[in-house]
Amino acid sequence: MLHGYGSSILDGAWLTVNLALTSMALAVALGLVGAAFRLSPVKWLARLGEGYTTVIRGIPDLVLILLIFYGGQDLINRIALASGYTGYIDINPFIAGVCTMGFIFGAYLSETFRGAFMAIPAGQAEAGMAYGMSRSQVFWRILVPQMIRFALPGFTNNWLVLTKSTALISVIGLQDMMFKAKNAADATHEPFTFFLAVAVLYLMLTSVSLLVLRYLEKHFSVGIKAAEL
Amino acid sequence: MMLDYNLIWENLPLYFSGALVTLKVLLISLFFGLMLAIPLALMRVSRAPLINFPAWLYTYVIRGTPMLVQLFLIYFGLAQFEAVRQSVLWPYLSSATFCACLAFAINTSAYSAELLAGSLKSTPHGEIEAGKAMGMSRATLFRRILLPSALRRVLPQYSNEVLMMLQTTSLASIVTLVDITGAARTVSARYYLPFEAFVTAAIFYLAMTFILVRLFKLAERRWLAYLAPRKH
Repeated sequence: MLHGYGSSILDGAWLTVNLALTSMALAVALGLVGAAFRLSPVKWLARLGEGYTTVIRGIPDLVLILLIFYGGQDLINRIALASGYTGYIDINPFIAGVCTMGFIFGAYLSETFRGAFMAIPAGQAEAGMAYGMSRSQVFWRILVPQMIRFALPGFTNNWLVLTKSTALISVIGLQDMMFKAKNAADATHEPFTFFLAVAVLYLMLTSVSLLVLRYLEKHFSVGIKAAEL
Repeated sequence: MMLDYNLIWENLPLYFSGALVTLKVLLISLFFGLMLAIPLALMRVSRAPLINFPAWLYTYVIRGTPMLVQLFLIYFGLAQFEAVRQSVLWPYLSSATFCACLAFAINTSAYSAELLAGSLKSTPHGEIEAGKAMGMSRATLFRRILLPSALRRVLPQYSNEVLMMLQTTSLASIVTLVDITGAARTVSARYYLPFEAFVTAAIFYLAMTFILVRLFKLAERRWLAYLAPRKH
């Protein structure tokens, strides 16, 4: 049915999963830094964090991808040329993809994390201090475990959007499953078949993610009573 | 001088006509998306599984697959079938603008339907009971009480969806439309100025985002004033 392109698309699917996971790791790191900035009592740090989230969330992913991949590459080469380097610097599409996706979703996650930290009653951190815990102990033992619970719904959402957005990285030539499907579609003149196959793969990816993240949500909410309507 | 904005300045008309294309595609897909979302949301709040399930499946599949795949399925995919190419719809389905609007409308209808269904479900009991006490039929209740109330309360979330759609329309440039992103790609390819070209596009999108945010604030003041915190 797939004219022997099945395994090539599955290779692409593996790359998609890798891209999504690596970008998410970077996004979580940037998101935590961004949240720390926004919650910081230092005014200009808070402003910087706010600027990052506002600007990134106002620009389409595709434009950012093109800007960072083509524009970034161009800019790096202009800087290199100006500083006397005459060779051409090529950015690998996977690295460009991870950086772009991580940078974009770091902005979304910083909002999620900020909300989650603010949802923890201040009395709990104070109680930890009163017990003689150090600041880092309070952070790791009291804030983080609860922050995860509050952040999970937003995290789930961001992960699903990120997974789907990785399809855009095929535009800059990364050979993910979307790219492979486009190639196969052009070669066989059966675009519907191949794009449908990719749609099914993405649906499987999002469905499995939903199941796993729902399980985690249950796990981190043990002992929490839900208010009944 | 490392950055060159003179050529961008000369090509601003291209960006402005691109902005018009973006706006046109956005408005058309939002309008038809919302028209489709209302019946879908009504199906989603139904307790009859035969009515609820098809709408659930529709929103689940659309929300679980990337927009780009949906766009490619419609724009490139449909041409695979002889029956489609022979049909009366072919002149439309072979147009990139039509396919982009169709794909975006389908996509936003699924997201809006879920938002609207959530809003319908959170209608205060009192409003429904008051309607019933007035002797309204189910249809009248939906038309006069539930839908107007739910459409108002969904405004804040819907504004998010509209902003997401504004960004989604940039995908139209992949199927040859010259919207803002398309204009940037044209300029970038013509003069090899990718950085300046895409930064300009980003500024256009930011400006449109701020205008939309402002408009939704006004809309909320108009239609959601009764839910705003008291000022005195």
